[in-house]
Parts: sequence; C-alpha cells; structure tokens
Amino acid sequence: MPRRVVVAGYGMAGARLAEEIRRRDPAGERVALTVVGAERHAAYNRVLLSAVLGGSLRPESVLLQDEGWADEHRVDLRAGTAVTGVDRSARTVTLSDGSTVDYDVLVLATGSRPWLPPVEGLVTEEGLAPGAVAFRTLDDCTRIVDAARPGAPVAVLGGGLLGLEAARGLAHRGNLVTVVHPVGHLMERQLDPAAGRVLAAKLATLGIETRLGVTAARYLPGDGLKLADGTYVAADLVVVSAGVRPASDLAEAAGLATDGGVLVNDALCTSDPRVHAIGDCARHPGTVSGLVQPAWEQAAVLADLLTGANPAARYRGTPVVTRLKARDVDLAALGEVHTEVDSADAEVLCLQDATRGRYAKLVLREDRVTGAIVLGVPDAAAAITQLFDRGTPAPADRLALLLGHAATAPPASPVDLPASATVCRCNTVTKRQLVSAWRAGARSPADLATATRATTGCGGCRDAVRTIADWLATT
Amino acid sequence: MPVDTHCPYCALQCGMRVSAGTVAPREFPTNRGGLCQKGWTSAAVLDSPGRLTVPLVRRDGELRPSTWEDALDLVAARLRALRAEHGPDSVAVFGGGGLTNEKAYLLGKFARVALGTSRIDYNGRFCMSSAAAAGIRAFGMDRGLPFPVTDLAGAGAVLLAGANPAETMPPFMQHLTDAELVVVDPRRTPTAEAATLHLRPAPGTDLALALGILHAVVADGHLDKEYLAERTTGFDDAWRVAAAWWPERAERVTGVAAADQRRAAALLAEADGAYVLTARGTEQHARGTDTVSGWINLALALGLPGRPGSGFGCLTGQGNGQGGREHGQKADQLPGYRRIDDPAARKHVAAVWGVDPESLPGPGPSAVELLDSLGSATKALLVFGSNLLVSAPRSAHVASRLAALDLLVVTDVVASETARQADVVLPVAQWAEEDGTLTNLEGRILLRRRAVDPPSGVRTDLDVLHGLAVRLGQPPQRFPTVAEEVFTELRRASAGGPADYSGVTYDRLRAGEALHWPVVSTDDPGTPRAFLDRFAHPDGLARFVPVDHGGPAELPDAEFPLQVTTGRVLAHYQSGAQTRLVEELVAAAPEVFVEVHPDTAARAGLADGDLARVTSRRGSTVARVRAVASMRPDLLFLPFHFPGAGRANLLTNPALDPVSRMPEFKVCAGRLSTVES
Ligand SMILES: Cc1cc2nc3c(=O)[nH]c(=O)nc-3n(C[C@H](O)[C@H](O)[C@H](O)COP(=O)(O)OP(=O)(O)OC[C@H]3O[C@@H](n4cnc5c(N)ncnc54)[C@H](O)[C@@H]3O)c2cc1C
Ligand code: SF4
Repeated sequence: MPRRVVVAGYGMAGARLAEEIRRRDPAGERVALTVVGAERHAAYNRVLLSAVLGGSLRPESVLLQDEGWADEHRVDLRAGTAVTGVDRSARTVTLSDGSTVDYDVLVLATGSRPWLPPVEGLVTEEGLAPGAVAFRTLDDCTRIVDAARPGAPVAVLGGGLLGLEAARGLAHRGNLVTVVHPVGHLMERQLDPAAGRVLAAKLATLGIETRLGVTAARYLPGDGLKLADGTYVAADLVVVSAGVRPASDLAEAAGLATDGGVLVNDALCTSDPRVHAIGDCARHPGTVSGLVQPAWEQAAVLADLLTGANPAARYRGTPVVTRLKARDVDLAALGEVHTEVDSADAEVLCLQDATRGRYAKLVLREDRVTGAIVLGVPDAAAAITQLFDRGTPAPADRLALLLGHAATAPPASPVDLPASATVCRCNTVTKRQLVSAWRAGARSPADLATATRATTGCGGCRDAVRTIADWLATT
Repeated sequence: MPVDTHCPYCALQCGMRVSAGTVAPREFPTNRGGLCQKGWTSAAVLDSPGRLTVPLVRRDGELRPSTWEDALDLVAARLRALRAEHGPDSVAVFGGGGLTNEKAYLLGKFARVALGTSRIDYNGRFCMSSAAAAGIRAFGMDRGLPFPVTDLAGAGAVLLAGANPAETMPPFMQHLTDAELVVVDPRRTPTAEAATLHLRPAPGTDLALALGILHAVVADGHLDKEYLAERTTGFDDAWRVAAAWWPERAERVTGVAAADQRRAAALLAEADGAYVLTARGTEQHARGTDTVSGWINLALALGLPGRPGSGFGCLTGQGNGQGGREHGQKADQLPGYRRIDDPAARKHVAAVWGVDPESLPGPGPSAVELLDSLGSATKALLVFGSNLLVSAPRSAHVASRLAALDLLVVTDVVASETARQADVVLPVAQWAEEDGTLTNLEGRILLRRRAVDPPSGVRTDLDVLHGLAVRLGQPPQRFPTVAEEVFTELRRASAGGPADYSGVTYDRLRAGEALHWPVVSTDDPGTPRAFLDRFAHPDGLARFVPVDHGGPAELPDAEFPLQVTTGRVLAHYQSGAQTRLVEELVAAAPEVFVEVHPDTAARAGLADGDLARVTSRRGSTVARVRAVASMRPDLLFLPFHFPGAGRANLLTNPALDPVSRMPEFKVCAGRLSTVES
C-alpha cells in the first residue's frame, strides 16, 4: 500500500513537490498523493506575476501545470478547497467543503499572505476596501490590471522588492505611480541607504515617485492616501505590498512549533515527525523564507525522503540572492549588505555613480564575497553572484570585478603591439615577421600576404596588416 | 599537373590546389580563397618522415616490419579464430569522421557482412552525435547546416553556441563579417572577441542559458506566433519549462547577466535574418542532446528554421563528420542515414549487398561503451582513421582496455599513439593520394582527387577492407577497391533514405556541380536549402522538445574545486596525429598548455610558463601554464591534441548523454597544482 501523502497548498512549493514526487514515483506505487489548494486556478508561477502586471506575459503563460496534469499523474487534486483543520492524533485534515482526508504524512505548503498595514479605512469587514488590492495572487493581478487604467494615478504601499516590481510594471502600463514607504530608504532589508537613494533616483527617471520615511495614515477610497505628515497622494487605486507573513495558522492551531513560520529541521520535519513544511510557510535556520529557490530545493529533498528515493537527502539551506525583476532597473543584493565601508574586519569596496544610476558595493572576508549590492552594472552582478554562490576566491583585481564590462580596455593599435605579438592568428604571423618581410621587400599588404600568409585565413587581420604597412611606410 | 581538391582536415573542406607536392588556396564558396595554417601546411604530411610505409606486426613485444600478405593473413587468421571461439560480436570496428564516404560505407558493410558484428562505432560519436540526435528530434533529419554556408553572409545576427570558428575553421569567419555576433562560450576566445555580445555561461549551464533567452523572447514580445502555428508543434510544453527560467534565475545558474540574455533575444529577433548555430562546446555534455534541443527551441520560437535567410544549424567538426555519420559506420545505422532497426531499411540495404536481411546484425554499443567492453566481451578491435588513445575520454582507462585485447589492428597514415599500441599496423594512403568524396558541413558532396602518388608500400583503406574480406571468405566483387565503384554502390544503398545520394555521380562532381543532399536523381539539382516547404517529420512540422537544465555530471567540490574544459587550438587538428608532424604547426603550438586565471595560478603557486599538474578523479595531466586574465577564476582549459602525459583526455569524464551517448568532454571537476604535488 502506498503511503498517503496530503499536501496543503497548491502554490509554487506544493505543485513542485507533486512534480518531484511523480518524477520519482510515476506510477504512484510508493506515494498516494492528495493536493489541496485554496486557489481555484491550476498552480501558477507567482514569481512571474510582476511580468503579468507589467503586461509582458499573459496569465495563461504563467501556469505551472496544465489542467489535465493532476489526472495524468495520479494526483487527487482538490483545487478551490482549503484545509481548515488538522487532527494530528486521528491523522486527518478537514477541508473547507466539509470533507476529511486521512494522511500518513501531511505537508504544509501554505505559503505566505500579505501583511496589511494599519491604515485607517484600508481594511473593512470584507477584507480590503474597494480600490485597494493586495499583490499576491493571480486574481489580485487581474484586479490590479483591470483597475489601473492608463494614465490613472496609482499608489503602491510598500517600497520592498514586490512593491517596486509592481510599481515598475504599472509605470510601464502608463500609470502615474507613487510608492509610499515608511522607512527612510527603499528595500531597507536588502539595501544600504546610499544604494536606496540611487535606486529611488533611478526609479524617478522611469516616472516612479517615492515618498520615503512616512506612513500612510488614511485611505480615502477614490481619492488616495493621506500620509502621516499631512500630505496627500492622489490615487485611483492602492496596491498593498507591505510585506508578507508566513501562513502558519493551521500549524499553530494544530499545536506545532512555530516562530514566524513553521519550524522545520533538515529533514523538513515540523515538531510532529508526520508533518512537514516547505516553502514560504516554513522556517528553516539555513535560509530566509519568501523566495522560490529554497521552496524548490526543499520540494526536491522532501520528494527524495517521501518516496524513499534518497533517504539520506537533507536540506541544508539556500544562500539568499535578491534580484529585482523590473525592466531597466538591474539590481542584485546578497549576503551581508549593511557592513560599513570602514568596517574593521571585512574588506568593503563601494562605488557610487548616482548620475548614471549605478551603485556597487562588495563585501569580502578572507577573499570570499560575503555580501554585495549591485545596481546598474548587470554583468558585475552576475559575476559576483557566481562567486558568492560557489565560494570561489574573488579575483585580485577587485575593481574590474565591480565594473564589469566597463573595465575592458579598448584594443591596442597594431602599431603599439610588441614585435612578438601575433597579428594573423590563422597563420601564426607575428608583427616581427611582417616587419622582416617588409624589410625584405614586401612593400604592400598584398606582398606581405604572399610573403607571410598573413590575411589569408579568416581575413580578420586585414586592417591590422594595412595599418602596419602604412606605419612601416612612414617610419 | 595541378589538381583542385580540398583540405585534409576540418569540415569546412577549404578548396585548395595541389601541385608538385605543394598546396595553395583556391576560390571556393566555403573558404573564399582562404586557408588556415593547417591547410597551408597540409602537404608536409605527404612526405613526412613520420609516415608509415610498411605494415608492422608485433613480435616479441616490438612492432617489426612485415609484408602486406603476411600481415593480412595474420589478421584474417586471428579474426577467424576469435570469431570461431567467441562469436562474431567478439570482433569490433572503430571508424572515424575523417574517412571518405566510400571508406565509411565500405567499413560499415565490412563489419556487418564480412565480420557479422554489431560492434561498430566511430569517433563521430565524440563529435556530432548530440547535434545529430537533437536535429532528428526536432526536424526529422540531421544535416549540419541545412543551408549553404554562404547564406550566413546575408544574416543580420548569428548566435554561435559553443563554437570557436575563428580558431577551428578561420576562413568561415569571412561569412560572418556583417552580422551581429552573439557568442556563447565560457572562455573569451578569438571568436568571442569578434562578437557584439559575448555570453559566458559557467561550464555545463548552456541549457539554462538557452532557456533564459527563450523566456526573454516570450516575455519581450519576440515570439513568432504565426510561424509557431503553421510550422511547429509542442511549443506549450517547451514553454512550461522555459517559464521557470526567467532570466534572473538563469543568471544565477549561468552567470550570464539577465540584461545580456534579453539583449541576445532582441538582437536575434530584430535582425534582418538570424541564425542559431551550435558546435562542440555546447554539445559535448552528458546532457548535450537536450542542450542542442534548447537552442533549437530558441530558433523555432524566433521562427528561424526552414526559411530563406535564417535558420538553425550545427557546425560539423571533422572533415567528413557529416558524410561519416550517414553511411553506416555508426552502431545504429545503415547507409543513407537509415536506422539499422528499421526492417524496411534492412531489407533495402541487404538487397544492395546481396545478403539476407536476417543476416545483418542489430544495433551495437556506442563508442564509449564499446571501448569499455575491450578485453571482456570484445576480443579484437580494428581501428580505421581514429587515434582514440588521445581522443577518447578517460584515456588511461582506454589504454588499459586496449592492452587487454587479444588483437588490436590499426590502419593509419602515420604512427599515431594508438597505432603504437597495436599488434598489427597497416599503412594507408591519405587525402591527396587517392580519390574519394566527402560531405562538408553544409551537406555538399565534394570530390577529393588523387593529386600525387602514394609512397610505395602503402595501400588504400579500400584495399585493406577488400584484402581482409576476401580472406574471410567474401566474394571479391563485394568489396570493390576503386572509390568510384564503391560510390556507385553507395548511391544505390542510400537511395530512398534521408541522406539520399542516388543522383550524385563522380562526373557531376568533376564538372563542379554544387550538390547538397538529398539528390534523388541524376537530374535533381540537389537540396541546398532543406525544410523550406516542410520539415522531415511525417506531418511536416518541426517539434519543440521540452528540455530542462540538469547541469554537469560532476560538480566541483572541496577536493576538486575547479572546472576543467577541453577544446582545440588553431594549429592542430583533433588528436594531432597528423599536425604534430608538421614543423611549422609544432612551432606555433608545441605542447599542451593549461589556460588559467592568473590569480588561480598564483594560488596554486604557479606563474605563466610554469609546468603544472591538472588532476581529476580519472587521472592527471602535466601542462604549461598560460595565465589568461579573461578566464573565469574557477575554470581551466586544455587543448586535447597532445599525447602522453599531456593528454587532456586523461582528465575527462566519460559520463554519457542518455540519447546520443556523447561523453562529457566539456566539463569535469579538477584541481591545479605544481608538478611535484
Ligand atoms: C509578485 C511576486 C513576485 C515574486 N518574485 C519573486 C522572485 O523574483 N524571486 C523569488 O525567489 N521569489 C519571488 N516571489 C516569492 C515567491 O513567489 C514565493 O516564495 C513562492 O511562491 C513560495 O511558494 P509557496 O508554495 O511556499 O507559497 P505560494 O506560492 O504562496 O503558495 C501557497 C498556496 O497555498 C494556498 N493555501 C494557503 N493556505 C491554504 C490552506 N489552508 N489550504 C489549502 N491551500 C492553502 C495558497 O492559496 C497558495 O495557493 C514573488 C512573489 C510575488 C507575489
Ligand atoms: S583545417 Fe579547415 S579551415 Fe583550415 S584550411 Fe583545412 S578545411 Fe580550411
């Protein structure tokens, strides 16, 4: 008899777990799988919602699985149904449709939900007041897109990663966007104040205004927001993106250990060995929750364990790299970002170029990258992330690393090359050989070619040979 | 009399003129009058002192001169005895992508008919197999470039994935001077230097990159929806995978900036005519077939293949890498690019050969698996045109397998490293000394003509096959020795197959006709551009294949913290057996080197010019340090042309692609140290 595994949550973690389990156990011989998901859609890629908001992807393009997937893969999918209770002694879960399902193993993959800031008038009995929308689900996304008519003013509550992605998407659609952020600089968890300033300036060039260090006091439907400093932000629509909280209420009600998320160990077990948790709702000491990479890695490990494919599999954590996905704004932040330039025990480099929207800060310890903020230098961001992830020692030329492509020197003129330099690679002809051939009477590029075979391969050195010939003619 | 012919080396098959034992370039569409240094100096191998001119037979542990009669008698007798004792599959054949169509064809026939063995494969497995498998999957047919090379000159943009033609086939670069080049390579190669955009994925992450670019194509509105609807199938499933590779995620895995992925997508999409071309860098992986499928998916999403002025192709490496994979020296193949497990194909080919279809063996093991079986299931190996001791992965293991054989027979032009291990060495004629056809990288059939007399004492491979076949009891006329006669038979055998040569004749080739296969009748002008109306699947549609990134088979760890990749340099060809005999080429590239970032070298206590040891789980190589500032600090590069302790393939990982059985030449874990440690 296969083990009965019930997954609560059909989001990015839950759907991935189902796929990983079926990849290891296609016929369902080891695991009988039930997936219960509160949303009515097939699972979709939440990370891409900003692209849907910005209009570059259509909602159907972000579905993770097509409608028939569950049936074809022997998954008992209960979409549009929530798990409302867990009875750990009876090993059953109760669903919102009143039914119960028995389990041998329960996996919590309930994700996180938006945190709603205490703004007067924002939250009503039925949830968010009209004209205010959170930014978490595909339905939210559709609501925002429907409400945000081009040219209309929109306020975004929260200048974190998601708020800024939403802001960028809306600005791209032609909305007049103001981001209201209670802290003195944007993305304060991932950026230092200086980087935050450069980012705000960059966003301004894209038509996004920021109101920093001030909270919203009141929501006035149809008008906008009144801020704590007494000023107003006009908005037909308010997008609430003030952070998320792990959805751990089920676990709490069932008496599992939680602390800002369901606590799990390296086997992704909660305090009850028959209950696991993965994704945003889980809290593992080795990572920060709220990102998809840990969720997917956890899904793979848990599938190894639940199917017995690899009983030794363990999840050890995922280093966190934050990457803003906003058109024309290239920002990556990783590791220790708040270490000061004058830190006594770390090596810190910092380059600010606010005029061009660039900021790059690099923190190293014992030659390894331990933190970085890279804004507006895309290829440096990519290279630094690789060093961080792989733990490779950083190159001694730190500046080149920080500058990326910009550091590449323009090629030297063939005239300035040393005599030993190869001018024609195809035929291994050095500058010295060309000079000797010239002295021996080959006085034109064509004669030089006959004498040395330079230019007779790919022809790429034709200009160089001509330049050398001209130079020899004048010296 | 000067004779117009083609270069003995790579698949560009540059036009050259041979007169009085010297070589000069000539105008030909693929090389436009250019030659690289290998081509220029190719005549030096004709009269090299390293040339073999007398059969050698091992006696008392030494290879000693013998006569042709004795040598062939001996081989035939041993083969007969082994077959009697252990069955026909105890004898195996290993061919090469440098052999002419006639040789490749006759070799396959010899194995299946005269030896009755299923065990035949060739070094093209190390070269083209991933691209071939992916091409067949997507288009129903594999022709490296399904369009003439010269079409590239009109392109607005060309993406080269894992190709370094500026070094490996320099005259080819002349076709790319007007295009915006996007070069995908972990190293800053000369080709990358010529690029508008150089994307440098971490080794073994090319597929993630292809997926990231495909994602960008969709998200940035570059998808050619009309083309998808009319000419392809399977996009939705492929997108399902690519959707999970938004460029920022692909960036983290590949190290290629998301912005650069988007730029690549835009360059290709907005160009007036774009091409996507792959080569060994992206193909020689344990996931090589999927990786090529990833690039094909990208090309299909942009609507490139099967339209004039744009397309997808792979750059074939070896001189006859294309023809060599069509005519039956591959374990699963019969002539005409037919499958050996297809009953209709067996029937057709058996009829041409005058044998019972039942008598033909089935598919045999692929190259690496075949080499693994030496000394156990396989007792004797006949090698034609391959120096596998240098070119196969995990060479130390290959050497031990060769040593475990009862009989190793090598036919070669020169005393290659593999020949020196053999029990019997048969000296054969080469390129300018005999007639034969080759099929170049664009599927064009070329005639290489005899321009000089072979040295006395050597025979042609066709002679060798004939001599052995007759001694094994075959009727003599079944194994002709005149190339044109063999070709005439090949035409019949290939007729009706995907690679149909039935309309190609030596006379048409002599007259200079540009014939790209399929050529189905003698008045068919051939097919310079395939797929214009339909792809070769029964429904005429190209297939997207949903492929996902998996990464290299061996990842760096504490013991082997670096990644090693291998490749070629300009001055040498393949295992270097020929080019290492040419003084000028040896002067240009005398010995194996390891390219490494100066910091990484310094950390190992090494500087530019020092001798270093590079070690992997499979062996270690000694190489001269070349400190190159543009290298990734975690990467080492070694060319594989060099013998002995300098063999790069002592390091490489024989992990195999599940579809193509291509080994993972392009990435393994390694470490760098001083020679003493
Ligand atoms: C706009 C946006 C952009 C993002 N961008 C990035 C990014 O660039 N990079 C990154 O790493 N991460 C990003 N994230 C975060 C990423 O989406 C999450 O980390 C990821 O979705 C977590 O997966 P999960 O399955 O744990 O949670 P979710 O995907 O939230 O799925 C949880 C599911 O469980 C359901 N559920 C909850 N309670 C119950 C219940 N009781 N019964 C049944 N079902 C229940 C929910 O309805 C939901 O469908 C982004 C998120 C958003 C919203
Ligand atoms: S090796 Fe290739 S590129 Fe060089 S001359 Fe020969 S065919 Fe041309």
